[in-house]
Amino acid sequence: MKLVPLSIAATLLAGAFALSSSATADSYVIDTDRSHAAVTFRIKHLGFSWLNGRFDDFSGTFTFDEKNPENSMVNVEIDTKSVNTNHAERDKHLRGKDFFDVSKYPTATFKSTGVKINGDKATITGNLTLHGVTKKIEIEAEAVGGGKDPWGGYRQGFTGTTKIALKDFGINFDLGPAAQEVDMTFDIEGIRK
Amino acid sequence: MLFRDTNAGYGLVTRLMHWVMAIGVVGLFALGLWMVTLSYYSPWYVTAPDIHRGVGMLLLFLLVLRFVWRLANPKLDDSELSPFERKASAVVHWGFYPLLLALMLSGYLISTSDGRPIDVFGWFSVPALIKNPGLETPAGEVHEILSYVTIAVVILHAAASFKHHFIDRSRILTRMWSGPPTN
Repeated sequence: MKLVPLSIAATLLAGAFALSSSATADSYVIDTDRSHAAVTFRIKHLGFSWLNGRFDDFSGTFTFDEKNPENSMVNVEIDTKSVNTNHAERDKHLRGKDFFDVSKYPTATFKSTGVKINGDKATITGNLTLHGVTKKIEIEAEAVGGGKDPWGGYRQGFTGTTKIALKDFGINFDLGPAAQEVDMTFDIEGIRK
Repeated sequence: MLFRDTNAGYGLVTRLMHWVMAIGVVGLFALGLWMVTLSYYSPWYVTAPDIHRGVGMLLLFLLVLRFVWRLANPKLDDSELSPFERKASAVVHWGFYPLLLALMLSGYLISTSDGRPIDVFGWFSVPALIKNPGLETPAGEVHEILSYVTIAVVILHAAASFKHHFIDRSRILTRMWSGPPTN
């Protein structure tokens, strides 16, 4: 019986923390259900053209503090086997040991660690885990828009780009000197919880 | 020149199909093992899989023809075999058809699961029958496993023929090469 007041205090304390954070930054779920979000990438083919691909299955959440955007954070989880470059044989190769090795590394994640605002753009730093390697990356992001949607919800959308070197993530299949780096784009729209 | 089989030996058609398929199946196994190790800038990176797919499709047609031919021809005399050998050889000989069919179809599905046809040396192309994106990866796993199973059965089949040839001193191996004895 003596423990009860303590647990009540703990609950109140946790509630107070939850209130203080939710009062300023709103939580959003990335709208993958109706696909108003995309994780796409492109890499040079032989240095002659851009090859485009995407990950069809991913999910994520973010918090966004309109008054103080540097308070915001984002988490994205990508199902690596959902890689889609519109060519079955290539996608099979990308899922295999030469690239994503999806049976060993089924998910890639991005977890932000900080947001820096510069004018109407932002630099999101965070950890990208891909192919079992976690590395700090920077995403150049900007808000696209936000507000009430016509169906009673509230949405906020962003676009962000980054460039990663395949070798940094232990992907060593050599696609040639012009194809060492991949551009990644995150186009995300979140629905406020 | 005897085209059809008799109960004493294999005709020319059976023998030709047997050896073309033997070379084709073993050759594609080796080609398949090699082509997946090629680097992106290898001159064979595009050509080797093209050959593998093309030959694979030709072997698929040959397999169907061969099965029909086999059904339409008389059974060879196997009275010299022990009951066990007769049973085992029937399992292996008839087992080759579903095994090779599954092997070839799984390969076909790797390349066609996105709806693309398979080009056969520019002569013609085999259309995709089912478009099922994502199927290429499980199909690839099945194709790899079945290729090893096939080669294991090929080795067993060859070992059995050598046993008949060198130990039993029978005509079982030679009759697949030189056909029925001419009287």
